[in-house]
Amino acid sequence: MISVIQKKNRKFKEINYYQNHDVSNYFLLPFRFQKINSKTEILVNEVGDFLLVPVGTAEQIILKKLDKIKDEDLYLDLISNFFISEEVIPPLLNILEARYRTKKSFLDHFTALHIFVISLRCEHTCHYCQVSRVTENKDEFDMSLYHIDEGIKIMMHSPNPHITMEFQGGEALLAFNNIKYAVLKAKEEALLYEKHMTFVICTNLAPLTDDMLPFIKEHNIMISSSLDGPAFIHNQNRHRPQRNSYEVTIEGLNKCRAILGEDNISALLTTTNLSLDYPTEIVEEYVKQGFSNIFLRPISPYGFATYNEKKNKYQTEKFLTFYKSAFEKIIDYNKKGYYIREDYATVILKKILTSFPVGYVDLQSPAGMINNVIVFNYDGKIYASDEARMLAEMNDFTFQLGILGQSTYNEIFYGKKAMEIAENWTNESLAGCSECAFQSYCGADPVLNHATQGNMYGYRPTNVFCQKNMEIIRYLFDLMEDKSIEKIFRSWITGHSE
Amino acid sequence: MILKTKGSPYDINTPIIGRVTRIPENIEYEIFISETIFSKTWYKFKAVLSTVKIISSLEIPIIHSIEKLDHLDEGDIVIINTDGIINTIYRKNSDHNFLLFTERCNSNCLMCSQPPKDRDDTDYFFSQYSQAIPLIPKDCPEIGITGGEPTLLGNRFLKLIKQLKEELPETELHCLTNGRSFAWENVAQKVGEIDHKRLMLAVPLYADVYHIHDYIVQAKDAFNQTIQGIYNLAKYGQRIEIRIVLHKQTIPRLAKLAKFIYKNLPFVEHIAFMGLEHEGYTSFNIDKLWIDPVEYQQELTEAVSYLSDFGMNVSIYNAQLCTLPENLWKYSRKSISDWKNIYFDECNKCDLLDQCGGMFASGIKKHSDFIKAIYFS
Ligand code: SF4
Ligand code: SF4
Repeated sequence: MISVIQKKNRKFKEINYYQNHDVSNYFLLPFRFQKINSKTEILVNEVGDFLLVPVGTAEQIILKKLDKIKDEDLYLDLISNFFISEEVIPPLLNILEARYRTKKSFLDHFTALHIFVISLRCEHTCHYCQVSRVTENKDEFDMSLYHIDEGIKIMMHSPNPHITMEFQGGEALLAFNNIKYAVLKAKEEALLYEKHMTFVICTNLAPLTDDMLPFIKEHNIMISSSLDGPAFIHNQNRHRPQRNSYEVTIEGLNKCRAILGEDNISALLTTTNLSLDYPTEIVEEYVKQGFSNIFLRPISPYGFATYNEKKNKYQTEKFLTFYKSAFEKIIDYNKKGYYIREDYATVILKKILTSFPVGYVDLQSPAGMINNVIVFNYDGKIYASDEARMLAEMNDFTFQLGILGQSTYNEIFYGKKAMEIAENWTNESLAGCSECAFQSYCGADPVLNHATQGNMYGYRPTNVFCQKNMEIIRYLFDLMEDKSIEKIFRSWITGHSE
Repeated sequence: MILKTKGSPYDINTPIIGRVTRIPENIEYEIFISETIFSKTWYKFKAVLSTVKIISSLEIPIIHSIEKLDHLDEGDIVIINTDGIINTIYRKNSDHNFLLFTERCNSNCLMCSQPPKDRDDTDYFFSQYSQAIPLIPKDCPEIGITGGEPTLLGNRFLKLIKQLKEELPETELHCLTNGRSFAWENVAQKVGEIDHKRLMLAVPLYADVYHIHDYIVQAKDAFNQTIQGIYNLAKYGQRIEIRIVLHKQTIPRLAKLAKFIYKNLPFVEHIAFMGLEHEGYTSFNIDKLWIDPVEYQQELTEAVSYLSDFGMNVSIYNAQLCTLPENLWKYSRKSISDWKNIYFDECNKCDLLDQCGGMFASGIKKHSDFIKAIYFS
């Protein structure tokens, strides 16, 4: 394969000599394609590299009508990007293999995120929340120390050397003593099992008191809070008797920033019907509060979850309109020099523009549930994902995997239920997705399929997950035709501008 | 810069390697430079170099009647050959030392600055360097390894790298290689086993498609071997730099090459875009290569900012700042070895003279038509 050291003669040869001439025909490598607007179609190969080409090009390629001389640029682009090959087995096939392995390597270590629903109690009565309870009854609605211990045992069983333990509610801080217990216990066990721990508390910040902060700081616990927009939206979304949720949140945010540091506190947006009318105001609020990121999350369909196709479709359309208006505002800020990125788009853009593995629980294939996340509910029940727990609160226990203290690790992670879900969590093998050009940027969501369409497999033409992702991905490609926006996107990926 | 001189050999049967000194007391050095007549101290050295003509028979290897020895400083390492030629291997007061491992090469690049020779010099160079390496000062900051293609030394290449690691653990090693030998996985593996953290393998890549790269390096299958080689090196944890020479053949697909690198080789540590040097083959192939740098700035800007936007470490070498758009200045490095580096008359008027990389001395032959002093005022 490698030529001998001694050169026969060192006379220079022309470029033709180095071209492969016996190709009367080229061979197709696996790729998918799709029209993204009236002029352009996209070709995407097996590792997510794409080419934007005029509509009709895919057909030319597939019918082998491409001419190496006449269509030289395109022909070379296709060779260089692993779309076609001049040999049956491409000479650099093993590079493609390595890249595929890399792309999927987010699976290598198995479950990282372990969510402990430490208490179901809350002092808010948000109307969109189906879950929490306003009550003083700790015995019934806080996770018991026994379940915490059992949860930690399972967590330490994970083959992943990096473990995230996340405390959710209800309002997690209402059970701060149990959090303390859990953190100390987990740290102790982590030493034994050689795990690197990250801790997160999800909280609306209302119950945060000064005496909690030293512990949070000492153990490098990240705070994930909520900010739904300006006061009139936030307070409307988040009912408190005093109608001061916004004020309390902002005060808490600032306190956390001052004491824990900017990087240890983040905020999540919950989109509600009300929010949909105020995309600009919401983005402005995030900028006003000094955030450099915002996560435009879709309305949780578990509230309206019905099998009503029309209603689901309508809701998703409304969300997409909201998403785009907010997104335009975000781009505007970036163009003016204020760095703020949209997190959902950033996940997708990383998949589109880089060759690194991007494991993001809500948008990956195989899906994040079980593979990357597991949920231990306050009552000891184990669910495949946070959404699976929501379903259970509505008395649908399809995604319950076991019970803490009773089920073994194998029963939970490799049991019959897990296997059944696994049949449906890989978009490579779902009808509609299997030939979709966006497959490698997208994911699979058996829980959402089940909740909105009545089965885990789902039916793509009317699927809300598909409707949302297909449009957002298409939209991102559309925007990237503007080179200055593409440059902004790159800065989102690396996390720094210039 | 003189790296070679000649005199009349006396009693030299085999090449002698050593550090030179003019101080007779400096007996830990091997070779004495004398500008006077014989003295007894000569016997304390392995050999003597002299500008004076010496006739009497002394039992010591001598090269005499050398025209000039001014270029040699205390501690420089030289090799004295049987034919009276004295080559400088290492200059103590330079930051640009390189060890030429062989003049043989399995490629034949259109713009090669050091055209390969086909005679087998590998024994000669191996023996030269295995003796010279222990003599190099331990605080030497950086050494380049060049060729030809250094890996053609085969196992002896590995031995020299290992020796460099042992003798000079703190010295950065920058090895220019076309990477093709590493397409054999076991070769990459063996370099990996040496585990030298300061070794950087600098591999040229000229296109994202095989035939253009193969044409530029004048070797069939070179592209596939080089890519395979880079992958194997990465697999065994080696540090890699990619080098791209800017000329008429590389410019048209430059942005696509940048994308190819980021997509397929994102693990490389550094990417250097390099202006053309007018040495060796370049003049012969100038029609195939020359494009005024001013004409390729759009392509260069696209490639450089693409890689840099994604956080890759990018440099531009051998470029005159007046030919680069201002937003590329920060990537430009003064990279030309001291003795090859020149500036133009125009440069004396230029406010950027201090930051500018200037020109290869050979650039006098052909350079951009747009060299123009830049003024800040
Ligand atoms: S869900 Fe829709 S957009 Fe996503 S891969 Fe499947 S078909 Fe494509
Ligand atoms: S005039 Fe000379 S010093 Fe100034 S930028 Fe041009 S080449 Fe450099």
